[in-house]
Amino acid sequence: MIYADNAATTKMSRAAIEAMKECMEEDYGNPSSLHSVGQRAQEKLSEAREKIASLLGCLPAEIIFTSGGSEADNQALRSAAALGAKKGKKHLVSTAFEHHAVLHTLKKLESEGYEVTLVPVGEDGLVSPAEVERAIRPDTCLVSVMYANNEIGTIQPIPEIAALCKRKGVLFHTDAVQAAGHIPVSLENVDMLSLSAHKFHGPKGIGLLYARRGLRPDPLIEGGAPARGKRAGTENLPAIMGMAAALEESVLHMKENAEKMSAVRDRVIAGLSRIPHGILNGDAKKRLPGCVSFCFEGIEGESLLLMLDDYGICASSGSACTSGSLDPSHVLLAIGRPHEIAHGSLRLTFSEETTLEDADEVVTKVKEVVEKLRGMSPVWRELQEGKRQYFLR
Amino acid sequence: MSLYSEKVMDHFRNPRNVGVIENPDGVGEVGNMKCGDIMKIYLKIEDGIIADVKFETFGCGSAIASSSMATELIKGKPLSEALTLTNKAVAEALDGLPAYKMHCSVLAEEAIRAAIKDYYDKNGIAYDSKDFPEHGHEEEA
Repeated sequence: MIYADNAATTKMSRAAIEAMKECMEEDYGNPSSLHSVGQRAQEKLSEAREKIASLLGCLPAEIIFTSGGSEADNQALRSAAALGAKKGKKHLVSTAFEHHAVLHTLKKLESEGYEVTLVPVGEDGLVSPAEVERAIRPDTCLVSVMYANNEIGTIQPIPEIAALCKRKGVLFHTDAVQAAGHIPVSLENVDMLSLSAHKFHGPKGIGLLYARRGLRPDPLIEGGAPARGKRAGTENLPAIMGMAAALEESVLHMKENAEKMSAVRDRVIAGLSRIPHGILNGDAKKRLPGCVSFCFEGIEGESLLLMLDDYGICASSGSACTSGSLDPSHVLLAIGRPHEIAHGSLRLTFSEETTLEDADEVVTKVKEVVEKLRGMSPVWRELQEGKRQYFLR
Repeated sequence: MSLYSEKVMDHFRNPRNVGVIENPDGVGEVGNMKCGDIMKIYLKIEDGIIADVKFETFGCGSAIASSSMATELIKGKPLSEALTLTNKAVAEALDGLPAYKMHCSVLAEEAIRAAIKDYYDKNGIAYDSKDFPEHGHEEEA
């Protein structure tokens, strides 16, 4: 079996598992308790917080632990909206291909009287800083642009966008869920950043929101006040320990892992590019080391995934078909793929454990499955017989 | 994958009657590419009996399995009997489909009806228009 769905979630690292195990067995105390057991847990929590802060290049107090990337995104957007409302600024800028944690929160804010501008995305899967600048108004309270796209893997020009937001005096948030632990993530001029541990071999159900000193994010969870009023509830210490261990390992081995994964990625891209009437989604170079996304004409994504799974390859699709909606991926539509093409999408996301042999096998199997499905597709027949025009050469 | 029943997976992996019939007596095509499902059914009719049936499908796993099962259910049957095939019967024969995939079985029923209607139209055979309601492409339960 080849697991090629690391953008969905990753296998936990040994270091993360050990850190969690130790914490569950030894440091079971509540960090808010005054006694020694509690204080030992508090110490561990502080250590983890400091470790994460130094890996990210921020202050320990600038970290709010959350249940994951979605919560961090929700809190970032809601906090900026609340701050903006106090100043009469009720406009937010984001992009058309954000994660739903951002897009759905923006929709909610719209229903609460805010205005939202979604900046278009280029066919290369990149957001243009100039477009972002054009969307900013005097009443804009936040710009939120993802660090790297979760479906097509394109890396956004975050330093440029963050700098222009700073210049314009607008808060800037970035959803770095796919980027953190995989590529260097800069906090320069970034006011808020979300990340999630299970995307870099940490545990599920834990993530964080970085909020620059001086910002006071609104808590989403009210209750006791363990984390300086930011998020109530006893900290998920084992998960935090696991996240710290996983992040440390990812950052430590980032360069070598990225080299390994890029080699696999480029080999798969080269192989799949030989399938006729298919296309790579997003810029070939400005992309996450482990991410490949393709569209193939004449077939549908869910059957592609299902058959690949049968062939021993766990992949994913941009197709929302599996979630019961007939709409194809908003990301693929945002980069200008027509519906007809967007249905036939495939996302392969590798880890440092994926070998070049795996890459070759993936290419062989994908070719086989695409051919098999095209062989029973009336659309493909019409394309071949010239009764229908190809979208993709 | 436990998303689908073993029957669905079997018909998806080894679809029955996939392909085309040259010079078919009836052809039905339903669905559209925007929604991500197209089914095409080809019929060979002899003495009012479905002597052969083939299908082509662009769509998800359950769309392929539904087409395959539907063709199995009507092969060798009189047209009058094929017209009584319901999407529920297709879904039941597959040991069920997830609720949000029921529209795949609806497409299979519609494609067969469309192919039979095409045969009637081509041959000037009178039929009850109630057997061939106009369909939109909405989901049905």
